[in-house]
Amino acid sequence: MAKVIVYPPTSTILSDLVARMGHKALVVPEAVRKLVTESGIDSPPLNMTPEEPKKGLRYAAVDVPSGVRGRMSLIGPIIEEAEAAIIVEDPGWLTGCAGCSRTNELVRLLIRTKGVPVLDLAYPSDDAEARVFVHKIRSFLEGLN
Amino acid sequence: MIRIAQLSCGAEYSGIQREIERAAETVGAKLVYPEVSLDDILNVENTFGVSVSSGDLNMAMARAVRIVQNPDLADAVIVMTCFRCAEAAIIRSEIRKYIHENSKIPVLSYSFTERTTAETLLTRMEALVTTVKYRGLLAREKQTGLTAGIDSGSTTTKAVVMKDNQVIGTGWNPTTEVLQSAEDALTAALKMSGVAREELQATGVTGYGRFLVGKHINAKLVQEEITVNSKGAVFLADAQRGPATVIDIGGMDNKAISVQDGIPGGFTMGGICAGASGRFLELTAKRLGVDITELGKLALKGDYQNVAMNSYCIVFGTQSLVNNLAMGRKPEDVAMAACHSVAEQVYEQQLQEVEVKEPVIMVGGTSLIEGLPKAMEELLQIKVTVPKYAQYIGAVGAALLVSGLLEE
Repeated sequence: MAKVIVYPPTSTILSDLVARMGHKALVVPEAVRKLVTESGIDSPPLNMTPEEPKKGLRYAAVDVPSGVRGRMSLIGPIIEEAEAAIIVEDPGWLTGCAGCSRTNELVRLLIRTKGVPVLDLAYPSDDAEARVFVHKIRSFLEGLN
Repeated sequence: MIRIAQLSCGAEYSGIQREIERAAETVGAKLVYPEVSLDDILNVENTFGVSVSSGDLNMAMARAVRIVQNPDLADAVIVMTCFRCAEAAIIRSEIRKYIHENSKIPVLSYSFTERTTAETLLTRMEALVTTVKYRGLLAREKQTGLTAGIDSGSTTTKAVVMKDNQVIGTGWNPTTEVLQSAEDALTAALKMSGVAREELQATGVTGYGRFLVGKHINAKLVQEEITVNSKGAVFLADAQRGPATVIDIGGMDNKAISVQDGIPGGFTMGGICAGASGRFLELTAKRLGVDITELGKLALKGDYQNVAMNSYCIVFGTQSLVNNLAMGRKPEDVAMAACHSVAEQVYEQQLQEVEVKEPVIMVGGTSLIEGLPKAMEELLQIKVTVPKYAQYIGAVGAALLVSGLLEE
């Protein structure tokens, strides 16, 4: 079983595909769940405090907006954990979105420069493309075993 | 309860959402998030005029459209995005303009960092709530009866006594011990006006020390300085009807307020850098060996272009001035360069966030440093008005507004 990060890192469709193939999907909702269940709720809705953007300094400099650094405090650790990655380009917001384009760019860069196997895919626009999309993901995930 | 619509990007991820809510709770307001559909967000290019690559900004724009379409959804709007994000800075400004131009809802914009606290937001939120809650009081154009106003500022404390729409006494002193400074200023104003304290029908208080002083003297009105100062400014400049822009460069922070019929419609308040404050001019006067009251006259004789200023920072900016003096530059050029530097920072950082409409009224003690309004006029290419009693603007506004409560 490999730990696979998906992009967009909030995509439930992609994380479901990864889980069905017997791997562990690394996604943001998991990180948020940890934050809201392990620490007690001091700062709803995500229980993020001003400490989180400071943790994000590990991934982005202080002159990077605090919202990017705060998001990176969630996504950065799961990139570090990743043993493989699936990146879907132009997925549309329905597939999942960090809400911030700068964060998305930084996440893609950090995944690619990590040196783990990466599957790059375009988001399918019709049924036939969707079948090829799922097939490619399946082959990639099988190859990780 | 006043409903403030929060249109933002990055606030929850910056860890400051709780602080925003705390500020809203403190001023008796409730944050609301107008609902939008996915279609609203996908169509934002058509409805708002642009879509960007960040989803949360598109959602903020879609919410702005929803508010303009249904003004009943919110009483006021706060637009907040991350400091140092270019994409967000453009959209934040456009949302503010869009709401300002297409509705009568007061709007405030602010760029935050993870260090933004409820205290930072409090005065701004309070002003937003006042604008909605006390619209009738703010529409008041005349002072009646015998009232006093105290402005407990960060640098100076000012007091006025007003009677039948006229200022009849003023008092001023540097702020040291807050309560004593307020007592001294009020005593001076009472003495000048020949009025005994017991004769006052009511007192209003504004400024940083307003809560402490207000409680101490049992003030009838304790109000933040944005609405009070704008009221005082349009009253003294005789610009109570129609649009006006108020610029108040204070000892610790600056305010730029866009006013319509005496009521603030949009405003910004900056307070991060002392290089854009009256404090820098005080330091300059000290370095030049002139009294602060003489700095402005000296500056009028100078030309800022003869002095190279390569920093906005109060420390390095002062160093630039010292270096220029050492190179033989004239004191008057240095004085004007300091005024230009402060005006330029306010122009770049504050005035880009409000609609600058004539008349432009400069108030506060710094407006009496003649070089500063002149520098602002040059930057804006608009005549700047400095009304009589400009340094007492907050105290006048408080005395005027509190008289409105006498009739209630």
